[in-house]
Amino acid sequence: MMDIIVFALVGLGVLFSLTRLLIGPTPADRVVSLDTLNIIVIGIIALLAHLFKNSLYLDIAIVYAILAFTETIVFARYLEGRHGDC
Amino acid sequence: MEIVSYVFMIIGGAFYLLGGLGILRMPDTFNRIQAGTKATTLGAFALLIGVGIANPDWILKVLLIIIFIAISNPIGSSALAKATYLSCELPSNLVQDDLKDFVGGQKNDSN
Amino acid sequence: MKYVATFFVLFASYILLAGFQLQELLLGVLVSGVLTVILTNLVDYTIDVRFPIRLIIFIFAYIPVFTWQLLLSNIDVARRVLSPKIPLNPGIVKIHTDLQGDFAKLTLANSITLTPGTLSIDVDGEHIYVHTVDVKGKTPEENKEMISGKFNKLLGVIFK
Repeated sequence: MMDIIVFALVGLGVLFSLTRLLIGPTPADRVVSLDTLNIIVIGIIALLAHLFKNSLYLDIAIVYAILAFTETIVFARYLEGRHGDC
Repeated sequence: MEIVSYVFMIIGGAFYLLGGLGILRMPDTFNRIQAGTKATTLGAFALLIGVGIANPDWILKVLLIIIFIAISNPIGSSALAKATYLSCELPSNLVQDDLKDFVGGQKNDSN
Repeated sequence: MKYVATFFVLFASYILLAGFQLQELLLGVLVSGVLTVILTNLVDYTIDVRFPIRLIIFIFAYIPVFTWQLLLSNIDVARRVLSPKIPLNPGIVKIHTDLQGDFAKLTLANSITLTPGTLSIDVDGEHIYVHTVDVKGKTPEENKEMISGKFNKLLGVIFK
């Protein structure tokens, strides 16, 4: 029961972030919402580890956190090169 | 113990919800970065601590994820804010802009 | 001392990932030793005899202040997001810091990002450029005191 409440709250957060990802007027807005979505997905993976009682999911969460950070930096570098193009 | 862990998890989920709502409602990109970063950082902390309390064997791994998020998430948002400043038009409601003198040369050299 | 610092960081990461068991400790020492020899030329930080004292001050003085400020900033974000008309008065201000060293400046910039209503954008030598939701101070000194005063003093004690 409590798990359903937590998943409902997190799912609403995912829904709002995805809306901004779809309608975002500039590329920067889309990258910002993707960054937020990555952090939310880390929390979801940890919740799945708790539900399935399997600590392997936490290793996946660590690797996902490292890849998400790299992805944010790469997108930021890419956006810096596009002067006045948004 | 289970109740405490669920309280932490619900706080985390609520702050995730606030982060998504902030991303959706704020009027310009810098404010979206602010709301998204702060709310999701605290949401991730609370949710991971809740998972760690429910399963005390995993507390070290959970701590590692928390430390990594605490270091990497603000750096990522700073990089995104700099990229936004350099690539996009600034929002019209800024009342003060000290950064213009520093990056004024970089911003308009290519077009 | 660079070797000791690299070894310490690698070994701590290994133990946090693997857990406390005798086999893991032995294998951790072995793997961290090999990686230390390979990676030492790539890092540029060091630790000295005052490192444990700094770590204790960091944990018991910095972390509570940081957590409290994080809670305050989230209440602030919640208030702004949930109010029907969002109150905003944004601006980018320049604040001066007297901290030395890259790691101290990184910690200060991260703390500024996670405190209420501010987002650090760029670091240039002694200045940090900060986007604030609500510009209150008229002069640079007022802004500095309002945005980074507490953390600047605390980190000045830790990273002296």
